[in-house]
Amino acid sequence: MKRKAIAAALLGAGLITLGSAQAATEIQWWHSMGGALGERVKAIAEKFNASQKDYTVVPVYKGSYPVSMTAAIAAFRAKNPPHIVQVYEVGTATMMAAKGAIVPVAKVMKDSGEKFDPKAYLPTVTGYYTDLKGNMLSLPFNSSTALFYINKDAFKKAGLEPVAPKTWKELRAVAEKLKAAGQACVYTTSWPSWVHVENFSAWHNVPIGTKQNGMGGFDTVFEFNSPLHVRHIQMLADMAKQGLFVYAGRTSQGDAKFAGGECAMFTGSASAIGGIKKAGKVDWSVNFLPYHDDVKGAPQNSIIGGASLWVMAGKPKGDYTGVAKFLGFLSLPETQVEWHTGTGYVPITLAAYEQTRASGFYDKNPGFDMAVKQLTLHNPTANSKGLRFGNFVQIRDIIKEELEAAFSGKKDAKAALDDAVKRGNDTLRKFQAANK
Amino acid sequence: MEKRVVFRSAWLPYLLVAPQIAITVVFFFWPAVQAVWYSFLLQDAFGLKTQFVGLQNFVALFNDPHYLQSFKITALFSVLVAGSGIVISLLLAAMADRVIRGALAYKTLLIWPYAVAPAIAGVLWAFMFAPSIGIVTYALKKMGVDWNWVVNGDQAMLLVVIAAVWNQISYNFLFFLAGLQSIPKSLIEAAAIDGAGPVRRFGSIVLPLLSPTTFFLLVINIVYAFFATFGVIDATTQGGPAGATQILVYKVFYDGVKAGDLGGSSAQSVVLMFIVITLTVIQFRFIERRVQY
Repeated sequence: MKRKAIAAALLGAGLITLGSAQAATEIQWWHSMGGALGERVKAIAEKFNASQKDYTVVPVYKGSYPVSMTAAIAAFRAKNPPHIVQVYEVGTATMMAAKGAIVPVAKVMKDSGEKFDPKAYLPTVTGYYTDLKGNMLSLPFNSSTALFYINKDAFKKAGLEPVAPKTWKELRAVAEKLKAAGQACVYTTSWPSWVHVENFSAWHNVPIGTKQNGMGGFDTVFEFNSPLHVRHIQMLADMAKQGLFVYAGRTSQGDAKFAGGECAMFTGSASAIGGIKKAGKVDWSVNFLPYHDDVKGAPQNSIIGGASLWVMAGKPKGDYTGVAKFLGFLSLPETQVEWHTGTGYVPITLAAYEQTRASGFYDKNPGFDMAVKQLTLHNPTANSKGLRFGNFVQIRDIIKEELEAAFSGKKDAKAALDDAVKRGNDTLRKFQAANK
Repeated sequence: MEKRVVFRSAWLPYLLVAPQIAITVVFFFWPAVQAVWYSFLLQDAFGLKTQFVGLQNFVALFNDPHYLQSFKITALFSVLVAGSGIVISLLLAAMADRVIRGALAYKTLLIWPYAVAPAIAGVLWAFMFAPSIGIVTYALKKMGVDWNWVVNGDQAMLLVVIAAVWNQISYNFLFFLAGLQSIPKSLIEAAAIDGAGPVRRFGSIVLPLLSPTTFFLLVINIVYAFFATFGVIDATTQGGPAGATQILVYKVFYDGVKAGDLGGSSAQSVVLMFIVITLTVIQFRFIERRVQY
């Protein structure tokens, strides 16, 4: 079905090219948005194509994030890259270091004279994709953050007030009561590294690595084996041992455990809201992430996850005007409001956020503004504006591996985090050497 | 009694084998040479910058305790996959060989799993054993077994072994069945007349006569466990938890394809190439001598 649709889109684009006197230039857009999200992507492209005659954006679903990134790299090596490719946040440093393979978004906009004001964007969202000089390198497309969900029914069943605990200390106390009341799965999480290392660090305003979490240079080293990190992971490992925390897996497996009503508390992406609503099995609330209240400066603000759009180099010069027009179209408040309210991903501009709020959408859909609120809780610091580590695809898996060792009791938290830091640093050095 | 065809022409024999040689060179030797060459390079993912680093990729590999651990895991995994794969399929073949009524149906059903791609086999088994929604998990929970392979390494290993073996049983079964059917009935009947029971007949006559087949399958199954199983692993555990199912070939695939580290991945595949060459030489020099053709 999808392939047919793509074929039809390609054919349609071809016909337009042949038919119109002024041939429209095709802009290839590779993305990883499957299912309902893919339909939204298609709708955006169609709307843009209908809004002008000179360019036709052709969205192509290229598979999951790692697959489409690999495909884009292979296409670049074969000298036939797409114009725009959607790359997940862990690939950011790799894309950024590939000077000559990509064109910074700021440059694309400037060269084509398209209206572009970097200040219009949410700083915690664009900060992730902006260099230290303030040049936006890629355009954030779908961004979410880590949030904390509770199952109100499970709380009531255990005789608890259905209010989310604010701190980890409170969470643990609640967890013990839930367990005592017979709750089999008390707390679980999706995306263990993203939630419990990356967002955890930003939320507590402590560094993940030196050089502003790697944004200041390739010679960064990891620091997430601090006493605070060790304490947090040890707490989770202890909770796992006591049966208060169930490890669900490396990606989004926790979502289903919460949406299905199996687990009473859950940390995961803001984009899990859609699935929980669709399953409709639990009475839930979405809240800020818990924090350790004895840490000064906590809670700070959380960081994003998701993906951004990169413009690839090596295309005819004229094409980039079309790319710039399309990126401008994507940043319009109307486009953003539609994307935000339709998917749960955060809007990338302040204007879109204000417009959504003014429309009363958040009153009718509680929880949809939680991500933006948490991302913008305070002005981001060097520890909380994002991270930029080379080879992070591998490093995130190293972190997950070591967390698994801690959660299964094979290693204590200190040893696991020390090993993760050491292995991570080795991988960083390799990236540094390869990108000298 | 040797029959030999002698080509009079100087070039004709070469022309006749040329297509085969061309295919081997293009699809086997050329990639192998490239892997060796890349294993000496350090390159960024896009191929924009390339440096010659000598043996540095290999040094890094052997300084990584997780890579060394992955050898042990691979050894365990291949012994389990090849061993249980051969034993189970021999058992099935021996039983299918004795069945008279509906033999064709049994055989067809037993051969069926071979048509399933390893990645799909992995997904199927992962679904059945999924920690919270799997049907087998549900049954195990009822029996009081805490089944959660996303955190328990031994259970994860068991899962990938089951999926990998299930996929390979049909292949082994086919060869064993053919082997069994080529054993002359008169031999077995003679033994039966001499008073040998079914177990004795199987141990003293059938098994030795099957040894060429078993040897062949041993080689094939080891190669299968070493190379063809990364689809199963990628679809289920992705090497986890905590590296418990990180076999060598999966790491090659992961580092090269997913992480874009061509140098490191090539170095690993060169190491893997040497292991398999060594294993095959050992198998042919030492084990094959004990095979009776």
